[in-house]
Parts: sequence; C-alpha cells; structure tokens
Amino acid sequence: MKSITKREAWAGYLFASPWLLGFLVFMSYPLIASIYFSLCDYSVLKSPVWVGIDNYKMLMHDELFRTTLANTFLYAAIALPAGMATAIILAMLLNAKVKGMALYRTFFFIPSLVPQVSLAILWRWVLDGEHGVLNPVLAKIGIHGPNWLNDPLWAKPSLVLMAMWGVGNAMLIYLAGLQDVPTQLIEASELDGANGWQKTKHVTLPMISPVILFNGIMGIIGSLQVFTVPYIMFPGGAPVHSTYFYTEYLYDNAFRYHKMGYASAMGWIMFIVILVLTMLSLRMSEKHVHYQGS
Amino acid sequence: MDRSAFTIPCLALAVLGTLYASEQLTKSPPDDGKIHVKYWEKWTAFEFDAMKHVVDEFNKSQNKIRVDILSVSGIEDKTLMAVSGGIPPDVAGLYGPNVTQYADDHAVMQLDDMCREAGIKRDDYIAPYWDACVIRDHLYALPSTPATTALHYNRALFREVGLDPDKPPRTIDELNAMADKLTVIEKNGHVKRTGFMVTEPGWWNWAWGPFFGGKLWDGKGKITINSPENIKAFTWIQSFSKKYGASALSSFQNGFNNMFSSPQNPFMTGQTAMEIQGVWMYNFIQKFNPKLDWGAAPFPSASPDLQDPTVIDLDVLCIPKGAKHPKEAFEFLKFVESQKGLEMLCLGQKKITPLKKVSNGFIEHHPNPFIKLFIKLAYSKTAVSTPKLGIWSQYSDEINNAFSAVTLMTKTPKQALDDVANRMQPMLDKYMERLRVRGEQ
Repeated sequence: MKSITKREAWAGYLFASPWLLGFLVFMSYPLIASIYFSLCDYSVLKSPVWVGIDNYKMLMHDELFRTTLANTFLYAAIALPAGMATAIILAMLLNAKVKGMALYRTFFFIPSLVPQVSLAILWRWVLDGEHGVLNPVLAKIGIHGPNWLNDPLWAKPSLVLMAMWGVGNAMLIYLAGLQDVPTQLIEASELDGANGWQKTKHVTLPMISPVILFNGIMGIIGSLQVFTVPYIMFPGGAPVHSTYFYTEYLYDNAFRYHKMGYASAMGWIMFIVILVLTMLSLRMSEKHVHYQGS
Repeated sequence: MDRSAFTIPCLALAVLGTLYASEQLTKSPPDDGKIHVKYWEKWTAFEFDAMKHVVDEFNKSQNKIRVDILSVSGIEDKTLMAVSGGIPPDVAGLYGPNVTQYADDHAVMQLDDMCREAGIKRDDYIAPYWDACVIRDHLYALPSTPATTALHYNRALFREVGLDPDKPPRTIDELNAMADKLTVIEKNGHVKRTGFMVTEPGWWNWAWGPFFGGKLWDGKGKITINSPENIKAFTWIQSFSKKYGASALSSFQNGFNNMFSSPQNPFMTGQTAMEIQGVWMYNFIQKFNPKLDWGAAPFPSASPDLQDPTVIDLDVLCIPKGAKHPKEAFEFLKFVESQKGLEMLCLGQKKITPLKKVSNGFIEHHPNPFIKLFIKLAYSKTAVSTPKLGIWSQYSDEINNAFSAVTLMTKTPKQALDDVANRMQPMLDKYMERLRVRGEQ
C-alpha cells in the first residue's frame, strides 16, 4: 500500500474511531458477554456461576416461553404484512400528483412521530370497550364492537391496529422508492395498454422490490421485538398472557426476576430466529427482487 | 460570500454554548466540607415533600453530613443496575417486597450491628413491619412508611339503597349481599355501578387466599397456592364474574384502568361503592373528591377465626452494597427511625407509623378520621404479608395471571391455581437448592 493511501486509511479509522470505540464498548462487549451469561446462573448482582446449557434446556420446558414466542409470531404474522400493505398503499396514494400533496404527506407521517408511550395512552382512550371512541363509531354502522383491550381474543388485533398508525417511516421509504421508478417504463406500459393494476403489478412493484425487501426485513426485526406499547397498555401481558410478548418476558426475567442468564439465553434464541428469518427472506427474494443495476 | 462560511461557525458556536450551559447547570455543588449522602427515593409529589422535610430537618441538625435526596422512578430496577455498576446511592427507598430479592443477591447491607449499636430494636416496632425487613435472621432494611388496608365504602350510596352507613359488612356473606344491593346493571347488561369490585384496585390479588385462611407456601419448600382455602377465595372472586358477567365487568373496569390517582377513580366517582384500599386513600379522596361521604372498616372476614384481615404494606430504607458512605447513610437512617423522624414522615404522608409508641400529637394531628382503625389493623392476627421469597416477583405475576384467568372465566379456580403451583414449584425447588448450596438456608 502506498504511504499516502496508508495515511488516508489511518485518517479514516481515526475519524471513525469515536463510533468504533462506542461500538466496541457498548455493543460488542455486551454481545459477547451475553453469550457467556446465557451459559451461567447470573443475577447481575452476584458473580455468574457456570451452568452449561441449563438455561436453554429450561427454556425448552418453559410454558410461558412458548406462549410468548407464539404470541410474538402471531403478532408478527399479522402486523408485518398488514403494516407493509398499508405503507405501500399510502405511499402510492401520496405519490399521486395532487395539489397540496406536501400537506397530505405531512399529515400521514406525523403519527409516526408520536412517542410510543403517548401512543399507548392515546389508543387506550380510542379502544376502551366502555367509553372508547371506536365502538360508538362502529355501532353507528351496525357493528357491535368488542371489548378490545380486555378480551384475550381482541387484545392482539388491537395492537396490530395501533401498529398501523406508526407506518409513517416505512411509508416514507416506499415513497422515495416510488419516486425513483422511471417514468419511461410507466409510459411504455401505458402504450402497451396496461391498466392501473397491471402497471402496479408489472412495473411499480418490481421496481420498488428492493425497498419492499428492506422494509420487510426491518419489519420482521421490529415486529419480533415489539415491546413498549404492550408493556404499557397491557401490564403482565393481560388479559391472561394474550399480549405477553417475547421481549417483555425477556425484560421481566432480566430486570424483575434478576435472571440475567436466562434472559441472555432468550436473547440469543431470538437472535437466531431473526437471523434465520432474514436469511430466508434474502434467499426467497432472489427470484422476486429486481435491482436496477443488475 | 459563501453562506456556509457563516452558518458553520454559528452552528459550532451554538453547540459549544449548549455544552457550556449544560456544564454550568450540572456541575457539582461547591465543596461545603460535608459528606454528601446520596439518597434515592421512589416517591413524588406530597409523599416526596414529606420525606424532603425530614431530610431538611436532618441536614439542619448536621454539620458533617448532608443528605441529597432524589426522586427516582422505577427505583427497584435502577438501584439494581447502579449496584451492579458499582455506583449505588448511599440510601435507597425500596418497596418492602423487594428486600428479600436484594438480600438474596447481597445487594443491600446487613444492618444488624449498626442497629444494635444505635439501640434500634424489634421491640420498638409493630412486629410485621420489622419482620418484613429480616431475611434469614439478618436485618437488611428499616421500615419507613407502613400501611394497612381496610374496606372503604361510600356512605351516601349505602343510604341511597337503604343500607345503614354505620353498619358496613362484617362478613364476606354480608359483603356479597350488600354488594348485590348496591350494584346497578342496565337493561342492556352494562354495569353502571358495582357494589364491590374484587378487581379494584387489583394490587393485592395474592392476598385474597390468605384472607380466606390460605397460605402461599409452607415456609419450607412447598407452594400451597392450590390449597382448598385459596381455591375457596378464588371461587369467591369468580362468583362476581358469574353473577354480573365477566365481559360486562371487565368492560366496566376498562373505563377507569390506571385511573387511581385521578378524579376518574371509580370510588371517587361513585362507580364502585366498596373497595379494599390502604391508609393513603384519604389523601386521594381529599384531593379529588373532598365532599365524598365515605367510611372505612375492617375488611369483612371469611370465617369467625379470620377477623380483621388486612394487608401489611410498607416502604423501606436500605443501604445498598458498595455505598460510598454507609456510616453516614446510617446516621440518616437513625434520624428517620427515631419517633420524631418517623412521625414527621408518616404524618406528612398521612400514613401510620411503624413504631409501637405513638405520640398523642400524631393521632391528634392526623387528618385521616380512621387513623386509629388503620393502626389497630397493624396488630391484627389475620394481617398478611408477602412471603419472603426471592422469587416473589415471578410468583406474584403468576398469581395475577391466574386472577385474570379466573375473573375472565377462562379457567376454573382450581385449574388456574394448579397451573400456578405446577409452574412455581420447580422454581421454588431451584431457589431453595441455590440457598442450600450457598449455605444460606
């Protein structure tokens, strides 16, 4: 390597060093330490005691672990596609050439700026079975609204509904992707006689498929780590653990039950689950994602 | 001129200015030659003010020590992290049920020797409050503000339905009958008012079993949550859902969930006529509905040998392990634990004092008209406390889940409690084994 290139490389590392240092201290050390802790009986306050794979064995027999895992998968299975579809549809609507569009875009993005805690409290007022805003509206169109927050059957769908409110970020990314779709392709399809749906299916969606893949993977990670809103709205996963999610159980084990070793094991299982799902998504995407440069 | 030539220096100046201002605002107080004792407390508002008053009095009396009190939310988690990080406060105001968990992890200091030297002894305290701080024969905390619970009832609603407001229910059967009279169900099945809500405020779901004579464990190594007495209590709990409808009741309660400290509290609004509450309820009634015509009485008993059931609830003061100034911290604890200190604090918070000796002034100046009842209840033989188990947080979560299943009628009381027992027994076995290995059992 030429000396000037070497010097530039060092300068690069030097400039990146605050981040690198932060990463090493605050991310990589806890990450590596948590592998060790997951193999220990560790309460945080006392020294870890090596127990081998006991924590992992216990997890396999822990009914609540299975319940929270199932709740989380079920939530992700509904919230992820619903959220992606909502974000894409909104992005397409907001991509139209209509007067005052900047205003509409702002309105639809604002909800995603609302802090999660405020969101939880706000939705409590909307979904309250007795005094909430939603059920009287449903009653006007002849639907008898359920007891959204206290019925084990409806508590999870309530959370999915709330998640729809925060699709602003994904919507913005789709919007950026949509604006990158070459107009000549749309025009060419129009000349070929394609209707609206055909244009969307054969031109727009394939052209934004890398964005869909990115949002999909981020969505998998986000929905499998759902925490704040259910933790505030449904303490203890009430009603009857129907909203008790994986990260909540992990948090309770770590900080309330002082079982950091057990919680670390849970963390690593979730890491593997997310890794496998991400790799599967990437593998499946090979046939369906089209990159403009390829 | 290039615009960035002006913008970038301005931005840099703004950042530097902010950093300087933040440094000025957060820098340590000037060295006053005193030892500063860091004290973290969970309270806010008037409860915090009461303790701040005690701290100020202590600081006034001192020329060597100064206590700096800080209100900290989620104190049990933050103290845990601070101890583990080696930067704990010198004094932590934890919740009573936290003590065992912290003692098990050796996260709080033993206070036996210091208390012995200072003459602080069990005989001076109402036994359950002192005992709650003793884990396996060692003292790990000292009581700060104790409480007992009683039945709170709305006298005006009693009169409205033809009940004598001077004769609150004394037995569970009487409670059921009066609750029926006071409950109002609309034609469409909606609950408009409940006579008694077993789910409100829902803070002591574990205590219903002990109120019926049940135990949560046998003190040796067996979980006994599914004992006949506990099942009987949970059957009673489910009887309300059977009578008025699980969905209707949960829907009704949903309207005021998390509304304890607000004018929407169902007891303040008259939506529920009777509920179990602690000595602090007076403060909230005064704040949100001072005109409420209410009364307090011992909670009705499930059988003649279980008269005056009450929950022993308390806040404690601990010295976390690794505290920089444990001696000075204990000096402060000594001040708080004096009759003067505790009465100042407990009167400020309008609670009872954990000491047996109570000055005339304390009762005379106490604004709660039922203070004598709450003090009397602290001596009740049917007073129940949380079990001293390091796995209690998890155990109480499991009981709460069973409670929820029973009130929503997704399980029978026996099923729900059997599930708790099956889940908790292996955890208790492991916990006991760990203590045995450490030689602490």
